[in-house]
Amino acid sequence: MPGIQRIAGRAVALDRRDVDTDQIIPASWLKRVERTGFAPGLFGAWREDPDFVLNRPGAAEAKVLVAGSNFGCGSSREHAVWALQNFGFQAVVAPSFGDIFRNNSVAAGLVPAAATEDAVTRLFAALAADPDAEVVVDVAARTVAILSSGLQEPFELADHAQWRLLEGLDDIALTLRHEAAISAFEARRPAWLPTVAG
Amino acid sequence: MTGRLFDKIWDRHLVASPPGEPALLYIDLHLVHEVTSPQAFEGIELAGRKVRRPDLTLATMDHDVPTIGLDQPIADPLAAEQIARLRRNCAGHGVTLHALGSIEQGIVHVIGPQLGLTQPGMTVVCGDSHTSTHGAFGTLAFGIGTSEVEHVLATQTLRQVKPAAMAVTVDGELGPELTAKDLVLGIIRALGTGGGVGSVIEYRGAAVRALSMQGRMTVCNMSIEGGARAGMIAPDDTTFAYLEGRRHSPKGKLWEQALDDWRSLATGDGAEFDREIRVDASALRPAVTWGTNPAQSVTIDDAIPDPSSMSTPALRQAAERALAYMDLSPGMAIRDISVDAVFIGSCTNGRLEDLRAAAEVVRGRKVSPGIRALVVPGSARVKAEAEAEGLDKYFTDAGFEWRSAGCSMCLGMNGDILAPGERSASTSNRNFEGRQGPGGRTHLVSPAVAAATAVAGRFTLPGDL
Repeated sequence: MPGIQRIAGRAVALDRRDVDTDQIIPASWLKRVERTGFAPGLFGAWREDPDFVLNRPGAAEAKVLVAGSNFGCGSSREHAVWALQNFGFQAVVAPSFGDIFRNNSVAAGLVPAAATEDAVTRLFAALAADPDAEVVVDVAARTVAILSSGLQEPFELADHAQWRLLEGLDDIALTLRHEAAISAFEARRPAWLPTVAG
Repeated sequence: MTGRLFDKIWDRHLVASPPGEPALLYIDLHLVHEVTSPQAFEGIELAGRKVRRPDLTLATMDHDVPTIGLDQPIADPLAAEQIARLRRNCAGHGVTLHALGSIEQGIVHVIGPQLGLTQPGMTVVCGDSHTSTHGAFGTLAFGIGTSEVEHVLATQTLRQVKPAAMAVTVDGELGPELTAKDLVLGIIRALGTGGGVGSVIEYRGAAVRALSMQGRMTVCNMSIEGGARAGMIAPDDTTFAYLEGRRHSPKGKLWEQALDDWRSLATGDGAEFDREIRVDASALRPAVTWGTNPAQSVTIDDAIPDPSSMSTPALRQAAERALAYMDLSPGMAIRDISVDAVFIGSCTNGRLEDLRAAAEVVRGRKVSPGIRALVVPGSARVKAEAEAEGLDKYFTDAGFEWRSAGCSMCLGMNGDILAPGERSASTSNRNFEGRQGPGGRTHLVSPAVAAATAVAGRFTLPGDL
């Protein structure tokens, strides 16, 4: 996976809280056995409304999604992250995220940028005033900026998640450095623990 | 801050704690199903890796399996391919699969406990957010995404940042018409849909201790609906009695050793939590959701709330959206709302006790004309046990459809769905927009209220029939 330093491009403002992963990618799309091809299903039900933000001019080129709190709550489906990425999004800026969605994002290389509620409100206002504005998400500096409005807001991203995203690291390869510790752990597991066999 | 159940389980599973990185946690049991695993198996194959511990990995098919016509080929070609893929992946990697047609097939979170594979003190993960169900046994159990499924397949570990510890203490006693479902919906109402984000909840207090294992599973199952990473309940004699003699429970001397260990897991007196909320069980009433997230609920005695009464603009806006989607108006009495469909099943309420509670209500009664009513047992074994007790007969005599095991209308992947605009009373866990089918409107309730509602045609308590 390539590392991500800085994302610059259009943004889509989705001013709703508690956006669940069933909305991001409806269950009918989960029968796919690939990590690709989900873009047409992104916000599938909401996109039936011609006024939905993803149907507005320029949305197809957007790289940043700005949304309300608790974004990505609900189901563990990583398909939600893939759908956002397949559509072209590289970062989501929101006051908070569902825990599993946040983990899935970092694993798949989508930046989950947690800005404050007030900062997100200011971003919504700036994007309402200028929907074509360029938004810059700087992963190294942990800031999101709209240069045309003079807005720059810090966001939270755990150090290890930032490192993973910047370097584009493979979690499994990182873990396998601890192979000896895993084997040692396995050798001392209690005998009563179940196995699936038998 | 020591001596908490959560810390004890966390600490004993630490493989490594690399500085500046998440902890490496050993996983005792990995449950796998057809929907969130194909990309993970593909990932390990592309990288030339293999499944490290097939003996700690168990697969079943539940999310998009049909619940009727099991003797026929699966009609949906995409579901058929996904299920065939799971068979190939399990065969190729030596993973045990309880496939469609097996007595052990069923919803992952029903079969793990039923087989005795979910035991106190363990770590359990699955590519499904309702993995928190297994926490009922004093287990650290949580849902993961497909990249993490791949990670567990390859390494039998997970890289995890330690969540905060939250206590939800339920004092008092649940009234006679109250179930674990009403309790957990009441807790989520208090917590809010994101109130548990970043936390593992330990459910404590007299009302929790009094629950059966099946009731405890219902409570822990919905932890994620309050945003929590996991939910857990300290193991006690109720837990041990449930586990003794099950297929994968320890036997003989190992059982005695395990019991000694399990008895040491409970949180010590005086332990502190990062956050605690208290709920008075005696103040609860049967719950019905009115909106499009599980925190948007009231009691059956209430009316639809007025969005203008919400505490913040964001909550008000969310309530207005939800009421528009649900086609409901503030002030409507819950008991005046009629439904088109009733669904009894899911990993929340698809176990034998749930079916018994619903069957008791419908026995000798009829489903209201025009209502489509479905019972989908949580596993093939639950179905067989229910049939041995004659529960299927009570349901079918009343006009319910009696189906085979799977997730079914909880998420509507297998074709068991609501039509656009249809309204359901459902024992499942999510009332999100379109969850049970595009345009469908879901109200979450307990099995007893779902059954009574099927009979009356509108939200009703069994005692009111």
